[in-house]
Amino acid sequence: MKRFIPLLITFFVGIIVISSEFIPHKPFSSVNEALENWFMIISGFAIILGQLSLLRVNGFRVAEKTQNWQYYLAGLISFTLMVLFGILWGTQDAAGLLGNSEKLASQLGSKPFEYLFLNVYQHLSATLFALLAFFIASAAYRAFIIRSFESTLLMIAAVLVMLGRTSVGTSLTAWLPEGWRFFHLPNIADFIVSYPSSAAQRAILISAALGIVGSSLRILLGIERSYLGGSD
Amino acid sequence: MRMNLSAWVVILMLLPGLLKAGSFIASDHPSDDGTAIDLSWDKFGSDHYAIYLAKRDSAGVWIRIADLTPADSAFTDKSDVVPDMSVQYLLRATSIRTGRLTEFYADAIARAQWFNYRKLPLLILLMLLNGAVIYYIIAAKRGKELFIRKINGLESMDEAVGRATEKGKPILFVPGIGDLDDIQTIAGLTILSQLAFKAAAYNADLIVPVSKSMVLSTAREVVKEAYLRAGKPDAFRKDNIFYLTDDQFGYVAGIDGIMVREQPAANFFLGTFYAEALILAETGFGTGAMQTAGTAQPHQLPFFVVSCDYTLIGEELFAASAYLSKEPNQLGSLKGQDMGKLAIVLLILIGSAMEIVGQHWFKNLFMLE
Repeated sequence: MKRFIPLLITFFVGIIVISSEFIPHKPFSSVNEALENWFMIISGFAIILGQLSLLRVNGFRVAEKTQNWQYYLAGLISFTLMVLFGILWGTQDAAGLLGNSEKLASQLGSKPFEYLFLNVYQHLSATLFALLAFFIASAAYRAFIIRSFESTLLMIAAVLVMLGRTSVGTSLTAWLPEGWRFFHLPNIADFIVSYPSSAAQRAILISAALGIVGSSLRILLGIERSYLGGSD
Repeated sequence: MRMNLSAWVVILMLLPGLLKAGSFIASDHPSDDGTAIDLSWDKFGSDHYAIYLAKRDSAGVWIRIADLTPADSAFTDKSDVVPDMSVQYLLRATSIRTGRLTEFYADAIARAQWFNYRKLPLLILLMLLNGAVIYYIIAAKRGKELFIRKINGLESMDEAVGRATEKGKPILFVPGIGDLDDIQTIAGLTILSQLAFKAAAYNADLIVPVSKSMVLSTAREVVKEAYLRAGKPDAFRKDNIFYLTDDQFGYVAGIDGIMVREQPAANFFLGTFYAEALILAETGFGTGAMQTAGTAQPHQLPFFVVSCDYTLIGEELFAASAYLSKEPNQLGSLKGQDMGKLAIVLLILIGSAMEIVGQHWFKNLFMLE
């Protein structure tokens, strides 16, 4: 029974959602929107679960003074500060328990929550995102090492695309006559991106879409039950 | 004095609002939810007309809804159209040269339809695909031998768990930043179930940091059940499956920290990944962990291919659970998917050939709008 009822609900909800794709008449036309709203409501409640987990796991490690406990303490302090500032003095448009913190806002330039968000959180986020540039360089170096015929092709295509996207690439082939336009590096780069690369990406998307249909069908028919915890 | 018929028509056209013009037609927009009305009219021959469309609101006032050009001959009104309510439309054209006013009136009722005929080809394709999947599931249940190609990324799971056990290091499973309404996350969680079962069997530690609260409760349930199935409920550690943050880069920072501090022997990145894919995979590569990744995001796949030992590309992520379970009915569904793939390849080939010879009807058949 523990499995049967969720499977039954999954089946009926799945059939209704699929039907709504083909039946524009009410109530089917509004089913998707209603289900999305339900999901948002459940997600809203589930956030509390996540926060409790965060407090519990980090709190336990700090209390037990496990290895690197200082990091967990930093996480807890950051979390508590943001929550407190938000509750007491509000966020961007909403007022907090102590109002809109006009006095603090005049000193800081914005509400305390917003101040931390703009001056700490956004910078940390941007810093981490910026790491991507270095990771791309190291990953590209490994990808372009010529080990096989395929990796040679990859390297040639990558060099052509990169050159074609720079002014150096444009000037390198600018001397070619108009009749040889295709061999201008920017045009070669555009060709690689628009045709072979797009074709491969679409192939992946089509196969993924088929995988989604098959996977959804397995879930709807109750063949795939792992997401419920097991196959019994 | 006797007047002929054409003279009467001209007079009537000049008197605004007296007659509905046959050339101005309002009709219900087909295959919709009753919130649109199609309007069509004969094109005005001359460029010297200022034309606009208006409709009568509930208070009886004409509201201008569109300014048109003489080249226009159709318009679909989707503004505040309510099902089963009659709407009156006015098409007014003013001659710029003479100032003469010509007005046409029409009315229609929008009705919600019970079937969207424009999606009929899609429904047929879906039924064919589902039919193939169900056929092969039944065939597999009856004992038919099905060949399923080897997926190296999934074969490596035993190796990864064994390696973690030997080294006494944990296994890290990252289900991505998607929520539970994302099929990639669900596919990731179904693989987590199999991985947790193997980890429990080999007494390897499994760490699962998540970025969505809904995923947290599901992942905990999945891992707990897997440990139960493996007969090791006491080995299940609830706090090993924990919430980090909903924020994309905060999540990445948290996981990178875990990878650097805990030095997992094997990393699994299976689910929805965006810009964080390479940051995660490269950090994992730097720690020397054996890495398996899978996503249906085509832009992130190259990063995973470069930085991970094994990558599940697109459909392989969705096939993983069925592949690992080795159950005949699940494997049958994979075979059905392959037949669907064959059908799509054939349709693409036919469509390309038709387009080359200038026959566009085949492509239009599959156009939704």
